Amino acid sequence: MPVDAPIRTEPRAPVRGSVLGVRAAPLHVVAALAALVASVPLLYLVVRVSDAGWSRVLDIVVSPRTGVLALRSVGLALAVALTCMVVGIAVAWLVTRTDLPLRRTWLVVAALPLAIPSYVTAYTWLAAFPWLEGPVASWFVMVMACTPYVVLPVAAVLMRLDPSGLDVARTLGLGPVAAFRRAVVPQVLPAAASGGLLVALYTLSEFGVVSLLRFDTFTRVIYTSYRASFDRTTAAVLALVLVALAVVFVLAERRVRGPGSRWRTDRGAARVAQPLRLGAWRWPALAAMCGFYALAVLFPMAMLGVLLLRGRPGVDVGEWAAAIGSTVLASGTGALIALLLAIPIGVLAARYRDRLASAIESVAFLGFALPGVTVGLSLVFLGITIAPVLYQTLAMLGFAYAVLFLSTAIGSVRSSVAQVPPVLEDVGRTLGHGPLRTWSRITLPLVAPGIAAGALIVLLTAMKELPATLMLRPTGMDTLATELWTRTSVAQFGEAAPYAVSLVLLAAVPALVLARLAGRRQEG
Amino acid sequence: MAAIEVKELHVAYGDKAVLHGVDLVVEDAAVTAVLGPSGCGKTSLLRVVAGLLRPTAGRVSLGGAVVVDDGIWVRPERRRIGIVPQEGALFPHLDVAGNVGFGLPGSRREKSVRVAELLALVGMAGTGSMRPQELSGGMQQRVAVARALSRRPDVVLLDEPFSALDAGLRDEVRADVLAAIRADGAAALLVTHDQDEALSSADRVAVMRDGVVVQEGAPSDVYGSPVDLGVARFVGECVELPLLADADGSLRTALGAAAGPGGSTGVAVLRPEELVLSEPGSGADGAPVRIVSVRYHGHDCLLDVVLPDGHVVAVRTLGSTPWRPGDDARLTARVPARVLA
Repeated sequence: MPVDAPIRTEPRAPVRGSVLGVRAAPLHVVAALAALVASVPLLYLVVRVSDAGWSRVLDIVVSPRTGVLALRSVGLALAVALTCMVVGIAVAWLVTRTDLPLRRTWLVVAALPLAIPSYVTAYTWLAAFPWLEGPVASWFVMVMACTPYVVLPVAAVLMRLDPSGLDVARTLGLGPVAAFRRAVVPQVLPAAASGGLLVALYTLSEFGVVSLLRFDTFTRVIYTSYRASFDRTTAAVLALVLVALAVVFVLAERRVRGPGSRWRTDRGAARVAQPLRLGAWRWPALAAMCGFYALAVLFPMAMLGVLLLRGRPGVDVGEWAAAIGSTVLASGTGALIALLLAIPIGVLAARYRDRLASAIESVAFLGFALPGVTVGLSLVFLGITIAPVLYQTLAMLGFAYAVLFLSTAIGSVRSSVAQVPPVLEDVGRTLGHGPLRTWSRITLPLVAPGIAAGALIVLLTAMKELPATLMLRPTGMDTLATELWTRTSVAQFGEAAPYAVSLVLLAAVPALVLARLAGRRQEG
Repeated sequence: MAAIEVKELHVAYGDKAVLHGVDLVVEDAAVTAVLGPSGCGKTSLLRVVAGLLRPTAGRVSLGGAVVVDDGIWVRPERRRIGIVPQEGALFPHLDVAGNVGFGLPGSRREKSVRVAELLALVGMAGTGSMRPQELSGGMQQRVAVARALSRRPDVVLLDEPFSALDAGLRDEVRADVLAAIRADGAAALLVTHDQDEALSSADRVAVMRDGVVVQEGAPSDVYGSPVDLGVARFVGECVELPLLADADGSLRTALGAAAGPGGSTGVAVLRPEELVLSEPGSGADGAPVRIVSVRYHGHDCLLDVVLPDGHVVAVRTLGSTPWRPGDDARLTARVPARVLA
């Protein structure tokens, strides 16, 4: 069993003439249109930049300032990624393969940083220590927020790693350390590297943390130069350079992970390994875990509580309720648009294996490679010059969310549809139902939970989105994220608290629903 | 009138042809097995009959009504057929009653009467509220058959429905399922690669190879008079012997007479159970042989014996055998060998 197995376990049967009763050609066309629409922000940015003239573009790209920005952004991304890998592997190993006290609880705790948006973490630290700023503070906050991206996949690999591999290595003459290095590490490394590259990618496109901590990386400079100057060519060129850097990380991550595969827990019941006895190291290890998660989880949570209690007098309840309403409305619109774009692409990817289908599916890639700042900037340009009707509308903001989180939506549609064998539709047809009735009575009930789950994840992620929201929200509309941002920027930490807490709580609702859906699917 | 009539059927995936002119007739209320190795096109044939795959050319009639021809295409939901795919393909979101009643019209009450009747027919009475995941493989197959029979189809199409079952269970499920289909008066087309299954359970067997039907007939004809060496080998164990030419030009083997369509360049074929061993030296005729090995299977024995010319042939005896490796014996054939190309 290779370490990374594709989520789609079996190849589709020979390509059929029709899918869900739709003839091949129309589905391809609809999916291609959806992919084209999703690529508009990138395409328009390229058009806009090339309008500026190549000599001008070249001046900006090769300027010393751009070089410094690139060094800062890439340096921060790599530093955060490496730290997360070291911490993440250690934590994953402690919670899966040793006799650390309360191992199961620790595994849950290790995932908790995911529940707190990274700029909320930055906000809590700033509220406690308002003098915090610069590269080291940014690095620290990003590490606190990002370790789960390494811990979770590595722990998953370690948990299903067959312990007999280690035994065999020992019988072949290796000492315990050498056996671990040669039999276990190579299996864990792809997961850790892939997680690390994802961390690097998130750090590269992170806007809230570096802006709050006043560290000038690409994202912050793009945003400030968009706000500050009439000539927005610089912002556009820098945004494209950022895309290029992001693409490098995305490609590297794919290379490490292998084609079309995802981490997953294996069906085969892994033998339970004898946990390693930490002996005298048991309590120091426990202390280290407590210390780390006190900083990463306990501190931000406690700080939120404190700030909430302290800041009560300054809160305008009406404003707060309006922000919740706008957040749900905007991210809901985003989830809806994402679904509309993702359904044709996901169904096509699940049922067709031809080259056109995989080319169309690769727009999912866009969401990873386009930072929120870039999408926001491109759509601002588009709104001002081509579609003033759409500028600063809910639809435009929703569209930005849809592009940013399209890959999640496509992934959920694709895997849901792929789990319905085409033979079920065949049987339905022979039982006297036409294609549409067959689809609605068999395929739809089977795929609906999975697709709904995907929409919920998009909703959850979009609620936390900051840069595109700042740039594209309709005038006068504030979401939880922008309210938090505005208040924190002017050091009104107490007034920001209710927004930060609601953001964490709201984000937890879809997570709970998801967990229940997953549980029900496992039973059924 | 034939339940299924297939004429000159051609099917291609892209430019890869998988059926090259298949002809087949399935009589009313009969079970016809389409037997062939994997990749011979038998599943494509079944899918065309079901209306799930469009052929490149050819004609298909069901009960005399043309459903596939130039410019004619009857959709699967309009053909009076039922299908039982491999591993059943029960709808995982519906319980047993929901699966069986899926294609039935009418109110809940009307349906439940017919569903109970169908479940009883396949020996699954009282399981209506169970989920497919709670059923064993054999039970799932029975439910799939009940579902296929729900709309009283003229033809039930079975696509290797028993191959995923344990050997012990397979015979029982197969017998019950085919009995249920026969009781319902439907014809059945059973696609399989298992010659034992085809010969023992079908009224007619059509052997497919490389996209064409090479032989069609009663199971005993296909086994006893195969049209060529390939069919002979595919439907059962063969004893293959070289031909010897007599002075008068007639063909024989070391074990006796031989005749058949293969001509003087063919191979003589016998079945192991057509060979008889007898005591040596009793003046009996037959070729002198020596026993090489004895494999005891309980209901029969398979012996390898070596002829004077070095050929090793298999001999089957019923029950146990007194012969031991190293014994000398005489070998005769009860029937003339078939000469096949």
